[in-house]
Amino acid sequence: MGVQLPFPTPQIEYSLLLPVLVILGAAVVSVLIEAVAAESLRRTLQPLLAFGSLAIALAGCVGLWDQRQVVAQGALVVDGPTVILQGTLLILAVLGALLMMESRVDPAGDPFAARASTIPGSADERGFGARRQTEVWPLFLFAVGGMLMFPAANDLLTAFIALEVFSLPLYLLTGMARRRRLLSQEAALKYFVLGAFSSAVFLFGSALIYAATGSLDFAGIADAVSADPTSGLLLSAGVALLLAGMLFKVGAAPFHQWSPDVYQGAPTALTAFMSAATKVAAFGALLRVMFVALGGAAWDWQPAVAVIAGLSMLVGAITAVVQSDIKRVLAYSSVAHAGFILTGVLAASPKGLSGSLVYLVAYGFVTLAAFGLLTVVRSPAGEATDVQQWAGLAKKSPVTASVFSLLLLTMAGLPLTSGFTAKFAAWSAAWGGWQTGVVVIGAVSSTIAAAFYLRIIVSMWFSEGDDAVVVALPGLGTRTVVGVGVASAVVFGVAPQLLLGLVDGVGVFLR
Amino acid sequence: MSPAAYLALAAVLFSLGCTGVLLRRNAIVMFMSVELMLNAANLALVTASRMHGNLDGQVFAFFSMTVAAAEVVVGLAIIVQIFRSRRSASIDDASLLKL
Repeated sequence: MGVQLPFPTPQIEYSLLLPVLVILGAAVVSVLIEAVAAESLRRTLQPLLAFGSLAIALAGCVGLWDQRQVVAQGALVVDGPTVILQGTLLILAVLGALLMMESRVDPAGDPFAARASTIPGSADERGFGARRQTEVWPLFLFAVGGMLMFPAANDLLTAFIALEVFSLPLYLLTGMARRRRLLSQEAALKYFVLGAFSSAVFLFGSALIYAATGSLDFAGIADAVSADPTSGLLLSAGVALLLAGMLFKVGAAPFHQWSPDVYQGAPTALTAFMSAATKVAAFGALLRVMFVALGGAAWDWQPAVAVIAGLSMLVGAITAVVQSDIKRVLAYSSVAHAGFILTGVLAASPKGLSGSLVYLVAYGFVTLAAFGLLTVVRSPAGEATDVQQWAGLAKKSPVTASVFSLLLLTMAGLPLTSGFTAKFAAWSAAWGGWQTGVVVIGAVSSTIAAAFYLRIIVSMWFSEGDDAVVVALPGLGTRTVVGVGVASAVVFGVAPQLLLGLVDGVGVFLR
Repeated sequence: MSPAAYLALAAVLFSLGCTGVLLRRNAIVMFMSVELMLNAANLALVTASRMHGNLDGQVFAFFSMTVAAAEVVVGLAIIVQIFRSRRSASIDDASLLKL
């Protein structure tokens, strides 16, 4: 007979976990619907379930506003940053779902392949025609559920599971584009191989940190780190690997190689959601690890993060200049944005935390709207993503050109847009934390970035266009997404105190 | 025998897996190398669990085995689909997306 270990019933605070539980529960129900419901029924039920669960989760999230508590036996934390990140993620998910529903811009149907398992170009594929894909909904809901858990995770085990729960569905969704399917499948393969590699690196980092400290939860790691400030080889190696795994997910250089290919190959509706939401979730988790678990060793990780932030900003901005595909331009600009957000992380102070959060909220809505707008400019072969095809767009659709110009200027950080608010919040925190060198690099690279944003704007307004490229009239969903992006860019730019006040009110991470 | 030796073995296995992913050009072999890295992490977790005398690491190893199984499902689905479209599982053939 072995020794009987005491095994008390765990205490789960269901009401505080409502957003996560609702979304994951809906994902399970969604799989069930996919298995038993008839096709015509699925087409109405699945989006209904997705939007319904997102609405309930969002309401639950608002109800958690004043909660500061460690829940589920220390696995998750509900605190200010968690609530604001989860709320942002849920709104981004609603907008992303609206783009996934869009079936008016493409005459062939919605953005996803009618049956992902058919061979591209085969008779089998043509047989399915314009049928609507419903398998994307359970995958989407699982991804959202994982993203909600990731920034709330309070130990390395929960963080790893959350990471995988949102990554695995995204690998699959990347490969499910209706058009240019070979490209899409190739993007899925690259994303999967590199993503699985980075997850393994993250896992080995966690194992080494556990070996060094004897603890998986962030508070325990923090205690061990401050008790032994010399931080031995095991801990340093573990932290380096853990960081590499997380920086891969946020797409910071030199771990950004996957992002241009995946952003280009994935269905644009999904790219929009992925580029915005993955960054919010992964930066949320990164901030918690750096501030809570490794806050005591800030002197050790700050130089490394400073180098990565500087490299991301420069590589993102310089490489974006020479790209000819607009999706790749936005992908490289998102690498640069990852660097800008890292300057906030670098400050390692409450101001740095709120600066990073402000940046994430501002960046998420604008980038989602920018990718959403890419879907409406079309050539006979599908979306027109070549920069040259966007020339002279202002003559075809002044509204599209104006809105896209505004979104690009917001990304460049023009004053009176949310981009300026965000950059100001992140950089003033870094400046206050004596990270002046990185702020200077940031200023230089945002000037370079402004050059290529302006190049696109100039070509849209002052060049002659290609007649084969047309601007499709989008449905209400895409209009809402673009409208929200533009509204956030203007409102948070003209009245920055709205966003700054909201984020300052949430306080710091709970230990 | 000291548990540190098992940590060293885990590090060696992890490095072998890393090298495999970076050098091999067949998607299936790269994928197997990733699995080797995950199992190296499992060995490190169980060793550390023994070193510290708590069960957290062993529990983590169970979870990571489950995750690895889920990853196999997703990964093989993607690789099989690519193979059916192109009759090749070589990473170098998949080069429509330029860097």
